[in-house]
Amino acid sequence: MVRTGICGIPRTGSNPVSRPHLAWSVNPARLLFYFVKIMENIIEIKNLTKKYGNFTAVDDISLNVKKGEVFAFLGPNGAGKTTTIKMLTTLLKPTSGEVFLGGHNVTENPHETRKSFGIVFQDPSLDNELTAYENMQFHAILYGLKKEIYQERIIKLFSLVELYDRKDSFVKNFSGGMKRRLEIARGLLHNPKVLFLDEPTIGLDPQTRNHIWEYINNLNKQENVTIFFTTHHMEEVERIAKMVAIIDHGKIIIRGTIEEILKKAGAKKLEDAFISLTGSKIREELANVGKNQMRISNKLMR
Amino acid sequence: MNAIYILWLRQLKRFIRKKASIVGAIGQPIIFLLAIGFGFGPVFAKAGAGNYIQFLAPGIIVMSVLFTSIFTGLEIIWDKQFGFLKETFVAPVSRFEILLGKTLGGATVAMIQGILVFLITLIAGFRPHLSTLPLAFLFLFLVAMLSSALGAAIAARLDDMQGFPLIFNFLVQPLFYLSGAIFPIKNLPPVLDFITKINPFSYGVDGLRYAFNGVNVFPPALSLTVLFGVTIVILAVGAYQFSKVQL
Repeated sequence: MVRTGICGIPRTGSNPVSRPHLAWSVNPARLLFYFVKIMENIIEIKNLTKKYGNFTAVDDISLNVKKGEVFAFLGPNGAGKTTTIKMLTTLLKPTSGEVFLGGHNVTENPHETRKSFGIVFQDPSLDNELTAYENMQFHAILYGLKKEIYQERIIKLFSLVELYDRKDSFVKNFSGGMKRRLEIARGLLHNPKVLFLDEPTIGLDPQTRNHIWEYINNLNKQENVTIFFTTHHMEEVERIAKMVAIIDHGKIIIRGTIEEILKKAGAKKLEDAFISLTGSKIREELANVGKNQMRISNKLMR
Repeated sequence: MNAIYILWLRQLKRFIRKKASIVGAIGQPIIFLLAIGFGFGPVFAKAGAGNYIQFLAPGIIVMSVLFTSIFTGLEIIWDKQFGFLKETFVAPVSRFEILLGKTLGGATVAMIQGILVFLITLIAGFRPHLSTLPLAFLFLFLVAMLSSALGAAIAARLDDMQGFPLIFNFLVQPLFYLSGAIFPIKNLPPVLDFITKINPFSYGVDGLRYAFNGVNVFPPALSLTVLFGVTIVILAVGAYQFSKVQL
Protein backbone atom coordinates (compact mmCIF):
# COMPACT_ATOMS: atom_id res chain seq x y z
CA MET A 1 0.00 0.00 0.00
CA VAL A 2 1.26 3.45 -0.84
CA ARG A 3 2.02 5.34 2.32
CA THR A 4 2.90 8.56 0.64
CA GLY A 5 0.46 11.21 -0.43
CA ILE A 6 -2.30 10.89 -2.94
CA CYS A 7 -1.04 9.84 -6.40
CA GLY A 8 2.31 8.98 -4.88
CA ILE A 9 3.36 12.57 -4.40
CA PRO A 10 5.33 12.69 -1.18
CA ARG A 11 3.66 14.80 1.42
CA THR A 12 5.28 18.01 2.51
CA GLY A 13 5.40 18.09 6.26
CA SER A 14 4.04 21.52 6.99
CA ASN A 15 1.23 21.22 4.50
CA PRO A 16 -1.72 19.20 5.70
CA VAL A 17 -3.22 16.85 3.19
CA SER A 18 -5.68 18.46 0.89
CA ARG A 19 -7.58 16.34 -1.54
CA PRO A 20 -6.91 17.29 -5.12
CA HIS A 21 -9.96 19.06 -6.43
CA LEU A 22 -12.01 17.00 -8.79
CA ALA A 23 -11.59 18.88 -12.02
CA TRP A 24 -14.29 17.82 -14.45
CA SER A 25 -11.98 18.20 -17.41
CA VAL A 26 -9.81 15.20 -16.51
CA ASN A 27 -10.39 11.90 -18.24
CA PRO A 28 -12.74 9.32 -16.69
CA ALA A 29 -9.97 6.87 -15.83
CA ARG A 30 -8.25 9.51 -13.79
CA LEU A 31 -11.53 10.43 -12.14
CA LEU A 32 -12.07 6.80 -11.22
CA PHE A 33 -8.57 6.68 -9.82
CA TYR A 34 -9.37 9.63 -7.57
CA PHE A 35 -12.65 8.05 -6.60
CA VAL A 36 -10.99 4.82 -5.51
CA LYS A 37 -8.44 6.84 -3.57
CA ILE A 38 -11.19 8.69 -1.77
CA MET A 39 -13.05 5.49 -0.99
CA GLU A 40 -9.96 4.13 0.66
CA ASN A 41 -10.09 6.92 3.22
CA ILE A 42 -12.18 5.69 6.11
CA ILE A 43 -11.76 9.00 7.94
CA GLU A 44 -11.72 12.29 6.09
CA ILE A 45 -11.33 15.51 7.98
CA LYS A 46 -11.76 18.74 6.02
CA ASN A 47 -10.93 22.12 7.51
CA LEU A 48 -12.18 21.10 10.92
CA THR A 49 -12.34 23.91 13.48
CA LYS A 50 -13.62 24.13 17.05
CA LYS A 51 -13.78 27.41 18.90
CA TYR A 52 -14.71 28.10 22.51
CA GLY A 53 -15.32 31.83 22.56
CA ASN A 54 -12.02 33.38 21.59
CA PHE A 55 -10.05 30.22 22.12
CA THR A 56 -9.50 28.01 19.10
CA ALA A 57 -9.03 24.46 20.31
CA VAL A 58 -8.83 22.93 16.84
CA ASP A 59 -7.74 25.23 14.05
CA ASP A 60 -8.64 24.30 10.49
CA ILE A 61 -7.20 20.80 10.37
CA SER A 62 -7.47 18.44 7.42
CA LEU A 63 -6.48 14.80 7.59
CA ASN A 64 -7.23 11.49 5.90
CA VAL A 65 -6.91 8.06 7.42
CA LYS A 66 -6.88 5.03 5.15
CA LYS A 67 -8.88 1.91 5.76
CA GLY A 68 -6.95 -0.60 7.84
CA GLU A 69 -4.34 1.94 8.89
CA VAL A 70 -2.93 2.31 12.40
CA PHE A 71 -2.89 6.05 12.84
CA ALA A 72 -1.20 7.81 15.76
CA PHE A 73 -2.52 11.26 16.60
CA LEU A 74 0.07 12.91 18.80
CA GLY A 75 0.49 16.22 20.53
CA PRO A 76 1.33 17.82 23.87
CA ASN A 77 -1.34 18.26 26.55
CA GLY A 78 -4.03 20.67 25.45
CA ALA A 79 -3.01 20.53 21.79
CA GLY A 80 -6.52 19.58 20.65
CA LYS A 81 -6.36 15.78 20.42
CA THR A 82 -9.35 14.95 22.57
CA THR A 83 -11.40 17.81 21.12
CA THR A 84 -10.72 16.41 17.64
CA ILE A 85 -11.68 12.89 18.68
CA LYS A 86 -14.88 14.19 20.24
CA MET A 87 -15.79 15.86 16.96
CA LEU A 88 -14.97 12.70 15.02
CA THR A 89 -17.20 10.68 17.33
CA THR A 90 -20.31 12.94 17.30
CA LEU A 91 -19.88 14.15 20.89
CA LEU A 92 -18.99 17.70 19.91
CA LYS A 93 -20.32 19.81 17.06
CA PRO A 94 -17.57 21.41 14.99
CA THR A 95 -17.59 25.19 14.67
CA SER A 96 -16.83 24.69 11.00
CA GLY A 97 -15.48 22.04 8.65
CA GLU A 98 -16.58 18.54 7.81
CA VAL A 99 -15.82 15.02 8.90
CA PHE A 100 -16.61 11.84 6.99
CA LEU A 101 -16.35 8.54 8.79
CA GLY A 102 -16.86 5.38 6.77
CA GLY A 103 -18.52 7.53 4.10
CA HIS A 104 -21.00 9.13 6.52
CA ASN A 105 -21.05 12.81 7.26
CA VAL A 106 -20.60 12.89 11.03
CA THR A 107 -22.69 15.99 11.74
CA GLU A 108 -25.45 15.27 9.25
CA ASN A 109 -25.73 11.56 9.82
CA PRO A 110 -24.66 10.89 13.42
CA HIS A 111 -26.66 7.67 13.79
CA GLU A 112 -25.02 5.80 10.92
CA THR A 113 -21.63 7.15 11.95
CA ARG A 114 -22.07 5.90 15.50
CA LYS A 115 -22.63 2.34 14.32
CA SER A 116 -19.37 2.32 12.42
CA PHE A 117 -16.90 3.20 15.16
CA GLY A 118 -15.96 2.03 18.62
CA ILE A 119 -14.23 4.20 21.18
CA VAL A 120 -12.14 3.90 24.29
CA PHE A 121 -12.29 7.26 26.01
CA GLN A 122 -9.44 8.93 27.78
CA ASP A 123 -11.27 8.87 31.09
CA PRO A 124 -13.15 5.90 32.45
CA SER A 125 -16.67 5.45 31.10
CA LEU A 126 -17.92 2.28 32.76
CA ASP A 127 -20.78 1.94 35.20
CA ASN A 128 -19.06 0.84 38.40
CA GLU A 129 -22.31 -0.31 39.96
CA LEU A 130 -22.85 -2.88 37.22
CA THR A 131 -20.93 -6.09 36.57
CA ALA A 132 -18.54 -6.45 33.64
CA TYR A 133 -21.12 -8.54 31.81
CA GLU A 134 -23.89 -6.01 32.46
CA ASN A 135 -21.73 -3.21 31.08
CA MET A 136 -21.22 -5.23 27.91
CA GLN A 137 -24.88 -6.14 27.69
CA PHE A 138 -25.90 -2.51 28.11
CA HIS A 139 -23.67 -1.58 25.18
CA ALA A 140 -24.91 -4.46 23.01
CA ILE A 141 -28.55 -3.55 23.49
CA LEU A 142 -27.91 0.15 22.89
CA TYR A 143 -26.31 -0.82 19.59
CA GLY A 144 -29.30 -2.98 18.72
CA LEU A 145 -27.54 -6.36 18.74
CA LYS A 146 -29.70 -9.47 19.02
CA LYS A 147 -29.41 -11.62 22.12
CA GLU A 148 -28.07 -14.72 20.33
CA ILE A 149 -25.39 -12.60 18.71
CA TYR A 150 -24.26 -10.54 21.66
CA GLN A 151 -24.18 -13.40 24.14
CA GLU A 152 -21.70 -15.23 21.99
CA ARG A 153 -19.65 -12.16 21.16
CA ILE A 154 -19.41 -11.02 24.76
CA ILE A 155 -18.03 -14.40 25.81
CA LYS A 156 -15.56 -14.34 22.93
CA LEU A 157 -14.37 -10.83 23.73
CA PHE A 158 -14.09 -11.63 27.43
CA SER A 159 -11.75 -14.52 26.67
CA LEU A 160 -9.80 -12.30 24.29
CA VAL A 161 -9.13 -9.61 26.92
CA GLU A 162 -8.77 -12.30 29.61
CA LEU A 163 -11.64 -11.20 31.78
CA TYR A 164 -13.86 -14.23 31.37
CA ASP A 165 -13.51 -15.43 34.94
CA ARG A 166 -14.34 -11.94 36.23
CA LYS A 167 -17.37 -11.37 34.04
CA ASP A 168 -19.81 -11.32 36.93
CA SER A 169 -17.71 -9.11 39.20
CA PHE A 170 -18.67 -5.51 39.81
CA VAL A 171 -16.57 -3.08 37.83
CA LYS A 172 -15.88 -1.03 40.97
CA ASN A 173 -13.66 -3.90 42.15
CA PHE A 174 -11.56 -3.86 38.95
CA SER A 175 -8.01 -2.50 38.66
CA GLY A 176 -7.19 0.24 36.15
CA GLY A 177 -5.84 -2.28 33.65
CA MET A 178 -8.87 -4.52 33.91
CA LYS A 179 -11.19 -1.56 33.35
CA ARG A 180 -9.19 -0.59 30.29
CA ARG A 181 -9.39 -4.10 28.86
CA LEU A 182 -13.10 -4.16 29.51
CA GLU A 183 -13.52 -0.81 27.74
CA ILE A 184 -11.60 -2.11 24.73
CA ALA A 185 -13.73 -5.25 24.61
CA ARG A 186 -16.83 -3.10 24.87
CA GLY A 187 -15.67 -0.80 22.08
CA LEU A 188 -15.36 -3.84 19.79
CA LEU A 189 -18.66 -5.44 20.65
CA HIS A 190 -20.61 -4.03 17.70
CA ASN A 191 -17.92 -4.87 15.12
CA PRO A 192 -16.77 -1.31 14.38
CA LYS A 193 -14.78 -0.42 11.28
CA VAL A 194 -12.77 2.16 13.18
CA LEU A 195 -11.58 1.98 16.76
CA PHE A 196 -10.70 5.26 18.49
CA LEU A 197 -8.37 4.97 21.44
CA ASP A 198 -7.75 8.17 23.40
CA GLU A 199 -4.67 7.54 25.55
CA PRO A 200 -5.70 3.94 26.19
CA THR A 201 -2.62 3.08 28.23
CA ILE A 202 -2.60 6.08 30.55
CA GLY A 203 -1.65 5.07 34.07
CA LEU A 204 -1.02 1.40 33.25
CA ASP A 205 2.05 -0.68 34.06
CA PRO A 206 4.36 -1.86 31.22
CA GLN A 207 2.95 -5.39 31.35
CA THR A 208 -0.60 -4.26 30.81
CA ARG A 209 0.42 -1.73 28.18
CA ASN A 210 2.30 -4.37 26.30
CA HIS A 211 -0.64 -6.70 26.47
CA ILE A 212 -3.10 -4.09 25.26
CA TRP A 213 -0.99 -3.01 22.28
CA GLU A 214 -0.32 -6.58 21.26
CA TYR A 215 -4.01 -7.16 21.32
CA ILE A 216 -4.81 -4.02 19.32
CA ASN A 217 -2.14 -4.89 16.78
CA ASN A 218 -3.63 -8.35 16.25
CA LEU A 219 -7.03 -6.85 15.87
CA ASN A 220 -5.77 -4.57 13.14
CA LYS A 221 -3.93 -7.37 11.34
CA GLN A 222 -6.65 -10.00 11.58
CA GLU A 223 -9.87 -8.03 11.33
CA ASN A 224 -8.54 -5.03 9.41
CA VAL A 225 -10.02 -2.63 11.97
CA THR A 226 -8.70 0.88 11.43
CA ILE A 227 -7.05 2.17 14.60
CA PHE A 228 -6.92 5.87 15.44
CA PHE A 229 -5.12 6.46 18.72
CA THR A 230 -3.45 9.06 20.89
CA THR A 231 -0.72 8.47 23.45
CA HIS A 232 2.17 10.18 25.17
CA HIS A 233 4.35 7.06 25.00
CA MET A 234 6.43 7.45 21.85
CA GLU A 235 7.78 3.90 21.99
CA GLU A 236 4.18 2.69 21.61
CA VAL A 237 3.89 4.75 18.44
CA GLU A 238 7.16 3.39 17.07
CA ARG A 239 5.99 -0.13 17.69
CA ILE A 240 2.53 -0.04 16.20
CA ALA A 241 1.72 3.06 14.13
CA LYS A 242 1.96 3.18 10.34
CA MET A 243 1.07 6.84 10.05
CA VAL A 244 1.59 9.69 12.47
CA ALA A 245 0.21 13.20 12.70
CA ILE A 246 1.34 15.70 15.30
CA ILE A 247 -1.05 18.44 16.41
CA ASP A 248 -0.02 21.49 18.40
CA HIS A 249 -1.99 24.60 19.31
CA GLY A 250 -4.86 23.13 17.35
CA LYS A 251 -2.91 22.82 14.10
CA ILE A 252 -1.40 19.79 12.41
CA ILE A 253 2.31 20.54 12.29
CA ILE A 254 3.48 17.38 10.58
CA ARG A 255 2.09 14.23 9.09
CA GLY A 256 3.73 11.15 7.61
CA THR A 257 5.29 7.80 8.36
CA ILE A 258 7.62 7.52 11.33
CA GLU A 259 10.63 7.46 8.98
CA GLU A 260 9.48 10.62 7.25
CA ILE A 261 9.00 12.43 10.53
CA LEU A 262 12.37 11.34 11.89
CA LYS A 263 14.00 12.48 8.68
CA LYS A 264 12.31 15.85 8.68
CA ALA A 265 13.10 16.52 12.31
CA GLY A 266 16.63 15.19 11.93
CA ALA A 267 16.17 12.94 14.94
CA LYS A 268 16.93 9.29 15.68
CA LYS A 269 14.03 8.67 18.03
CA LEU A 270 10.42 9.76 17.77
CA GLU A 271 10.52 11.28 21.25
CA ASP A 272 13.36 13.60 20.19
CA ALA A 273 11.54 14.44 16.98
CA PHE A 274 8.38 15.18 18.96
CA ILE A 275 10.17 17.53 21.33
CA SER A 276 12.08 19.31 18.59
CA LEU A 277 8.84 19.81 16.63
CA THR A 278 6.63 20.92 19.48
CA GLY A 279 9.23 22.65 21.66
CA SER A 280 10.28 21.73 25.16
CA LYS A 281 7.97 24.12 27.01
CA ILE A 282 5.61 22.39 29.42
CA ARG A 283 1.97 22.84 28.50
CA GLU A 284 -0.98 23.51 30.66
CA GLU A 285 -4.41 22.50 29.57
CA LEU A 286 -6.88 25.34 29.72
CA ALA A 287 -8.92 24.45 32.73
CA ASN A 288 -11.97 26.50 31.92
CA VAL A 289 -12.55 25.16 28.45
CA GLY A 290 -15.60 22.94 28.41
CA LYS A 291 -15.31 19.97 30.68
CA ASN A 292 -11.56 20.18 30.78
CA GLN A 293 -11.30 20.60 34.52
CA MET A 294 -13.27 17.42 34.95
CA ARG A 295 -11.02 15.65 32.47
CA ILE A 296 -7.89 16.73 34.25
CA SER A 297 -9.15 15.67 37.65
CA ASN A 298 -10.29 12.36 36.21
CA LYS A 299 -6.84 11.85 34.76
CA LEU A 300 -5.26 12.48 38.13
CA MET A 301 -7.67 10.16 39.90
CA ARG A 302 -7.13 7.24 37.61
CA MET B 1 -37.41 0.65 22.21
CA ASN B 2 -34.69 -1.74 23.36
CA ALA B 3 -32.53 1.23 24.28
CA ILE B 4 -35.27 2.62 26.52
CA TYR B 5 -35.63 -0.80 28.14
CA ILE B 6 -31.94 -1.20 28.93
CA LEU B 7 -31.67 2.34 30.32
CA TRP B 8 -34.70 1.64 32.50
CA LEU B 9 -33.25 -1.69 33.63
CA ARG B 10 -29.94 -0.10 34.55
CA GLN B 11 -31.70 2.44 36.77
CA LEU B 12 -33.65 -0.33 38.47
CA LYS B 13 -30.57 -2.48 39.08
CA ARG B 14 -28.64 0.43 40.53
CA PHE B 15 -31.55 1.23 42.86
CA ILE B 16 -32.08 -2.31 44.12
CA ARG B 17 -28.37 -2.73 44.80
CA LYS B 18 -28.22 0.35 46.99
CA LYS B 19 -30.09 -1.10 49.95
CA ALA B 20 -28.75 1.54 52.34
CA SER B 21 -30.20 4.39 50.33
CA ILE B 22 -33.61 2.67 50.11
CA VAL B 23 -33.71 2.42 53.89
CA GLY B 24 -32.33 5.96 54.16
CA ALA B 25 -35.06 7.34 51.96
CA ILE B 26 -37.71 5.83 54.24
CA GLY B 27 -36.31 7.74 57.21
CA GLN B 28 -37.68 11.13 56.24
CA PRO B 29 -41.30 10.05 55.69
CA ILE B 30 -41.22 8.20 59.01
CA ILE B 31 -40.06 11.35 60.80
CA PHE B 32 -42.80 13.34 59.06
CA LEU B 33 -45.41 10.82 60.14
CA LEU B 34 -44.17 10.81 63.72
CA ALA B 35 -43.31 14.45 64.33
CA ILE B 36 -45.81 16.25 62.13
CA GLY B 37 -48.49 13.59 61.78
CA PHE B 38 -48.83 12.66 65.41
CA GLY B 39 -47.57 16.00 66.69
CA PHE B 40 -50.13 18.16 64.89
CA GLY B 41 -52.83 15.48 64.98
CA PRO B 42 -54.57 16.77 68.14
CA VAL B 43 -54.60 20.41 66.92
CA PHE B 44 -55.94 19.32 63.53
CA ALA B 45 -58.70 17.31 65.16
CA LYS B 46 -59.59 20.20 67.51
CA ALA B 47 -59.93 22.51 64.54
CA GLY B 48 -62.58 20.15 63.29
CA ALA B 49 -60.58 18.96 60.27
CA GLY B 50 -60.63 15.28 61.18
CA ASN B 51 -57.88 12.68 61.34
CA TYR B 52 -54.54 14.28 60.45
CA ILE B 53 -52.78 11.02 59.54
CA GLN B 54 -55.57 10.35 57.07
CA PHE B 55 -54.96 13.79 55.59
CA LEU B 56 -51.16 13.73 55.73
CA ALA B 57 -50.44 10.22 54.39
CA PRO B 58 -51.05 11.00 50.67
CA GLY B 59 -48.83 14.09 51.04
CA ILE B 60 -46.02 12.02 52.52
CA ILE B 61 -46.31 9.40 49.81
CA VAL B 62 -46.05 12.17 47.20
CA MET B 63 -43.05 13.55 49.07
CA SER B 64 -41.13 10.30 48.87
CA VAL B 65 -41.97 9.88 45.19
CA LEU B 66 -41.04 13.48 44.41
CA PHE B 67 -37.70 13.35 46.21
CA THR B 68 -36.68 9.94 44.89
CA SER B 69 -37.55 10.81 41.29
CA ILE B 70 -35.82 14.16 41.24
CA PHE B 71 -32.68 12.67 42.75
CA THR B 72 -32.68 9.78 40.30
CA GLY B 73 -33.00 12.31 37.49
CA LEU B 74 -30.13 14.31 38.94
CA GLU B 75 -27.99 11.15 38.89
CA ILE B 76 -27.29 12.09 35.29
CA ILE B 77 -24.78 14.54 36.75
CA TRP B 78 -22.89 11.56 38.19
CA ASP B 79 -23.08 9.84 34.84
CA LYS B 80 -21.46 12.93 33.35
CA GLN B 81 -18.73 13.03 35.95
CA PHE B 82 -17.97 9.33 35.85
CA GLY B 83 -17.97 9.40 32.07
CA PHE B 84 -20.78 6.92 31.58
CA LEU B 85 -22.96 9.45 29.78
CA LYS B 86 -20.39 9.58 26.96
CA GLU B 87 -20.83 5.85 26.42
CA THR B 88 -24.57 6.42 26.11
CA PHE B 89 -24.18 9.46 23.85
CA VAL B 90 -21.87 7.81 21.27
CA ALA B 91 -24.33 4.94 20.86
CA PRO B 92 -26.73 5.02 17.88
CA VAL B 93 -29.64 6.05 20.08
CA SER B 94 -31.46 9.38 19.96
CA ARG B 95 -31.13 11.74 22.89
CA PHE B 96 -34.89 11.62 23.35
CA GLU B 97 -34.82 7.85 23.82
CA ILE B 98 -32.06 8.29 26.40
CA LEU B 99 -34.14 10.88 28.23
CA LEU B 100 -37.23 8.69 28.11
CA GLY B 101 -35.36 5.61 29.38
CA LYS B 102 -33.86 7.60 32.24
CA THR B 103 -37.18 9.22 33.13
CA LEU B 104 -39.08 5.93 33.10
CA GLY B 105 -36.32 4.32 35.17
CA GLY B 106 -36.42 7.13 37.72
CA ALA B 107 -40.21 7.02 37.86
CA THR B 108 -40.26 3.25 38.40
CA VAL B 109 -37.72 3.47 41.18
CA ALA B 110 -39.71 6.27 42.82
CA MET B 111 -42.91 4.21 42.56
CA ILE B 112 -41.23 1.37 44.47
CA GLN B 113 -40.11 3.82 47.12
CA GLY B 114 -43.60 5.35 47.22
CA ILE B 115 -45.23 1.96 47.70
CA LEU B 116 -42.86 1.22 50.60
CA VAL B 117 -43.90 4.48 52.23
CA PHE B 118 -47.55 3.69 51.50
CA LEU B 119 -47.14 0.44 53.49
CA ILE B 120 -45.57 2.39 56.34
CA THR B 121 -48.48 4.83 56.44
CA LEU B 122 -50.81 1.82 56.73
CA ILE B 123 -48.91 0.78 59.85
CA ALA B 124 -49.23 4.34 61.19
CA GLY B 125 -53.00 4.07 60.95
CA PHE B 126 -53.78 5.35 57.44
CA ARG B 127 -57.00 3.74 56.12
CA PRO B 128 -57.47 4.46 52.39
CA HIS B 129 -60.25 3.29 50.06
CA LEU B 130 -58.73 0.23 48.47
CA SER B 131 -61.24 0.11 45.61
CA THR B 132 -59.67 3.16 43.96
CA LEU B 133 -56.09 1.97 44.41
CA PRO B 134 -55.44 1.82 40.64
CA LEU B 135 -56.43 5.49 40.31
CA ALA B 136 -54.11 6.34 43.20
CA PHE B 137 -51.26 4.55 41.45
CA LEU B 138 -51.99 6.43 38.26
CA PHE B 139 -51.70 9.75 40.09
CA LEU B 140 -48.55 8.57 41.81
CA PHE B 141 -47.02 7.46 38.52
CA LEU B 142 -47.73 10.84 36.92
CA VAL B 143 -46.12 12.59 39.89
CA ALA B 144 -43.12 10.26 39.50
CA MET B 145 -42.80 10.90 35.76
CA LEU B 146 -43.13 14.65 36.24
CA SER B 147 -40.43 14.87 38.91
CA SER B 148 -38.11 12.42 37.20
CA ALA B 149 -38.28 14.40 33.95
CA LEU B 150 -37.73 17.59 35.93
CA GLY B 151 -34.62 16.14 37.57
CA ALA B 152 -33.26 15.00 34.20
CA ALA B 153 -33.95 18.36 32.54
CA ILE B 154 -32.09 20.18 35.32
CA ALA B 155 -29.21 17.68 35.31
CA ALA B 156 -28.69 18.20 31.58
CA ARG B 157 -27.63 21.75 32.39
CA LEU B 158 -25.36 21.04 35.37
CA ASP B 159 -21.78 19.76 35.36
CA ASP B 160 -21.35 19.02 39.04
CA MET B 161 -23.26 18.62 42.28
CA GLN B 162 -22.36 22.10 43.54
CA GLY B 163 -25.74 23.46 42.54
CA PHE B 164 -27.41 20.71 44.51
CA PRO B 165 -28.27 22.67 47.69
CA LEU B 166 -29.73 25.38 45.49
CA ILE B 167 -31.99 22.92 43.71
CA PHE B 168 -32.97 21.20 46.91
CA ASN B 169 -33.77 24.33 48.92
CA PHE B 170 -35.23 26.54 46.20
CA LEU B 171 -37.01 24.01 44.04
CA VAL B 172 -37.60 20.59 45.58
CA GLN B 173 -38.54 21.74 49.09
CA PRO B 174 -40.91 24.54 47.96
CA LEU B 175 -42.55 22.16 45.47
CA PHE B 176 -43.28 19.82 48.34
CA TYR B 177 -44.16 22.22 51.17
CA LEU B 178 -46.31 24.45 48.96
CA SER B 179 -48.31 21.62 47.45
CA GLY B 180 -50.88 21.19 50.18
CA ALA B 181 -49.15 18.02 51.28
CA ILE B 182 -49.08 19.03 54.93
CA PHE B 183 -51.87 21.62 55.19
CA PRO B 184 -55.28 22.05 53.52
CA ILE B 185 -55.15 24.50 50.62
CA LYS B 186 -58.53 26.05 51.31
CA ASN B 187 -58.83 29.58 52.75
CA LEU B 188 -55.14 30.39 52.33
CA PRO B 189 -53.68 33.92 52.17
CA PRO B 190 -53.81 35.11 48.52
CA VAL B 191 -50.08 34.73 47.79
CA LEU B 192 -49.94 31.20 49.14
CA ASP B 193 -53.20 30.39 47.42
CA PHE B 194 -51.71 31.52 44.10
CA ILE B 195 -48.48 29.56 44.60
CA THR B 196 -50.26 26.35 45.51
CA LYS B 197 -52.48 26.69 42.47
CA ILE B 198 -49.60 27.04 40.03
CA ASN B 199 -47.63 24.23 41.66
CA PRO B 200 -48.36 21.10 39.60
CA PHE B 201 -47.64 18.89 42.60
CA SER B 202 -50.68 20.37 44.37
CA TYR B 203 -52.74 18.54 41.76
CA GLY B 204 -50.80 15.35 42.45
CA VAL B 205 -51.41 15.55 46.19
CA ASP B 206 -55.05 16.50 45.71
CA GLY B 207 -55.61 13.76 43.16
CA LEU B 208 -54.05 11.18 45.43
CA ARG B 209 -56.15 12.40 48.35
CA TYR B 210 -59.22 12.01 46.16
CA ALA B 211 -58.26 8.46 45.17
CA PHE B 212 -57.41 7.43 48.71
CA ASN B 213 -59.90 9.41 50.83
CA GLY B 214 -62.55 10.64 48.43
CA VAL B 215 -61.77 14.24 49.42
CA ASN B 216 -60.64 16.83 46.88
CA VAL B 217 -60.29 20.52 46.11
CA PHE B 218 -59.69 20.30 42.35
CA PRO B 219 -61.80 18.16 40.03
CA PRO B 220 -59.86 14.87 39.55
CA ALA B 221 -60.06 15.21 35.76
CA LEU B 222 -58.38 18.62 36.03
CA SER B 223 -55.65 17.18 38.26
CA LEU B 224 -54.97 14.38 35.78
CA THR B 225 -54.86 16.84 32.88
CA VAL B 226 -52.50 19.23 34.67
CA LEU B 227 -50.10 16.44 35.70
CA PHE B 228 -50.12 14.89 32.26
CA GLY B 229 -49.74 18.21 30.45
CA VAL B 230 -46.91 19.51 32.63
CA THR B 231 -45.08 16.17 32.30
CA ILE B 232 -45.23 16.45 28.51
CA VAL B 233 -43.97 20.04 28.62
CA ILE B 234 -41.08 19.15 30.92
CA LEU B 235 -40.16 16.16 28.76
CA ALA B 236 -40.07 18.47 25.76
CA VAL B 237 -37.87 20.96 27.62
CA GLY B 238 -35.67 18.08 28.80
CA ALA B 239 -35.36 16.74 25.26
CA TYR B 240 -34.26 20.18 24.08
CA GLN B 241 -31.74 20.48 26.91
CA PHE B 242 -30.43 16.98 26.19
CA SER B 243 -29.93 17.77 22.53
CA LYS B 244 -27.75 20.73 23.57
CA VAL B 245 -25.46 18.73 25.86
CA GLN B 246 -21.92 18.54 24.56
CA LEU B 247 -19.45 16.40 26.44
